Amino acid sequence: MSTYTGLYELEFERPLIQLEKQIAELQSHAGDQGVDIAPELRNLRQSHTAMLKKIYANLTAWNTVKVARHPARPQPMDYVRSFVQDFMELHGDRAFGDDPAIVTGLGRIGPHKCMIVASNKGKDTKERIACHFGMAHPEGYRKALLKMKMAEKFGVPIVTLVDTPGAYPGIGAEERGQAQAIAVNLLEMSMIRVPIVSVIISEGGSGGALGIAVADRVAMMQYAWYSVISPEGCAAILWKTGEAASQAAESLKLTADQNLLLGTVDDVLEEPLGAAHRDPDTAADRLKKWIVGSLKELKRLKPEALQAKRMERLRNMGQHVEE
Amino acid sequence: MAKSPASPDPAPDASATPGVSGTPGTTGTAGLAGSAAEPESGPPIADAPAPRPDGPRSWQDVVDVNKKTDVPEGLWLRCPECETMLFRKNVEANLHVCTKCEAHFRISADERATQLCDPGSFEPLWENVAPLDALAFSDVKPYKDRLKSEQRKTGHRDAMLCGKGFIKGRGVVLGCMDGRFMMGSMGCVVGEKLTRAVELATKASRPLVVVSCSGGARMQEGAMSLMMLAKVSAALARFAAAGGLYVSVLSDPTTGGVTASFAMLGDVILAEPRALICFAGPRVIANTVRQELPKGFQTSEFLLAKGFVDRVVHRRDLRSEISRIIDFAGK
Repeated sequence: MSTYTGLYELEFERPLIQLEKQIAELQSHAGDQGVDIAPELRNLRQSHTAMLKKIYANLTAWNTVKVARHPARPQPMDYVRSFVQDFMELHGDRAFGDDPAIVTGLGRIGPHKCMIVASNKGKDTKERIACHFGMAHPEGYRKALLKMKMAEKFGVPIVTLVDTPGAYPGIGAEERGQAQAIAVNLLEMSMIRVPIVSVIISEGGSGGALGIAVADRVAMMQYAWYSVISPEGCAAILWKTGEAASQAAESLKLTADQNLLLGTVDDVLEEPLGAAHRDPDTAADRLKKWIVGSLKELKRLKPEALQAKRMERLRNMGQHVEE
Repeated sequence: MAKSPASPDPAPDASATPGVSGTPGTTGTAGLAGSAAEPESGPPIADAPAPRPDGPRSWQDVVDVNKKTDVPEGLWLRCPECETMLFRKNVEANLHVCTKCEAHFRISADERATQLCDPGSFEPLWENVAPLDALAFSDVKPYKDRLKSEQRKTGHRDAMLCGKGFIKGRGVVLGCMDGRFMMGSMGCVVGEKLTRAVELATKASRPLVVVSCSGGARMQEGAMSLMMLAKVSAALARFAAAGGLYVSVLSDPTTGGVTASFAMLGDVILAEPRALICFAGPRVIANTVRQELPKGFQTSEFLLAKGFVDRVVHRRDLRSEISRIIDFAGK
């Protein structure tokens, strides 16, 4: 059974949590009077699984966003800790500072040596504030590029794990050229001569996400979102009220399946029943498998072929008509 | 030749009554429309600034004073910055720059192309590329309807005008964003046309000039709009690798995804005075940091001081500055 034992409750999971409590209670009375609780427990567990399947099969776009933001959901750095061997973090952009909202470093994933670029939201309150809740500053994007250029120099493929609501909107960020830093990343990443694979782990917020997600192959975790703006931002601009966020989420077509249909991502990584936070190990296994497989294929290509295919992939993005 | 932007106006005699706003739906230029004063009750003639003696001489051959623009009809208009009542014809002859305080008003893509190129030399390309509503997007108004009304208003299919032209005799590929069309937002058509312009410049070994005027990526086309940032940037990378010269001109406003892609990737970046240039808008930032923003924050001059713009250039000097850059760096 996939249970999540944390404190945070998603509203649409209330009946599920009720059931989980019932099961736990029953289990605690197991040895009491020698009553056989096994059949009842089995029943409850079956209906729990059925309910879980039903809820997650019919997630609205807005509820998907809530799952993507679940505090217990594994973050990029959790995956790095789980399957990257010999990870060695490399800090700093050699110009201004070290942005903790993007972690970069060398490590092995399966048989591949990699440069890893991972968004970082932070685990506890202190870390979250230091990371600006995963919203990177220009120095973060410049650090990412610097490390990716290093990887290119030594023929090491690049893996980026994205989880950001967007680039940080602040005075310092603007003064130091947030837009320019992202723009340069887009331009440079399109030309890098080693394979790049990207996975949108939870939140793929606008240019802040794309700034480390120009790749040969891009995947999305099943319950991640990826779009041009956050649903709240979109609601505030178009509906003039943040309350319309759920409508905006629906309109933006920001879920993994919808992104796959639009051609903005290449693969969707199925998550365990009830999302990654219920079974992080399985989620990590699937993610690792996809990265290892993709890199294996991409490593066969010569740098020129990689560049050409990466351009072709982007060239075909978008839809328009010729009237 | 660029099309006359005001041509879709269904009431041909609207212009015969000065002061009556031509098309009721034209709210896109609200910043400039505050001048709807009756001509009779207009300011005393003394307030009308005389044509500047040191005026834009180099432009006189380019500017067609009688041409219609997106500025609402009327003999007078009020400068949104210094609030002076201005005689419209003088403003138009001054390239839509306030004759008193030098505020650079927003202009349409057609006007921009006409201003920048030698008379009659601009030749639009890919005008038939039109947007789709792939997301079936609807907010308070369906995207389809929004597109239709914007198309009727501007006479264009989307917010990007691309083409070939000559600037002081130098052949260029030119892209102009149209701020009237959904705030110049970048969706798939803008991305596609701009990519084609970059590819044409690469193939023809011509300098590329892009004038940005945009509220950012277009929300109504979702993640596909976001991908346009990467698409255009990747094309620019190949243009740069081929040795192409790219001059990026930033006009008011240049924000969001447009700034975070091609606008900031010019070999030379020029900005018109006092334009808003930013990644996140001032309101978003004020909401995040909850403190007063510094004076002049996110203006052209601010970016110049911070090192992200090469030069702040008056509209009347754009032609000569661009052609000089081409002489130094172009092929």
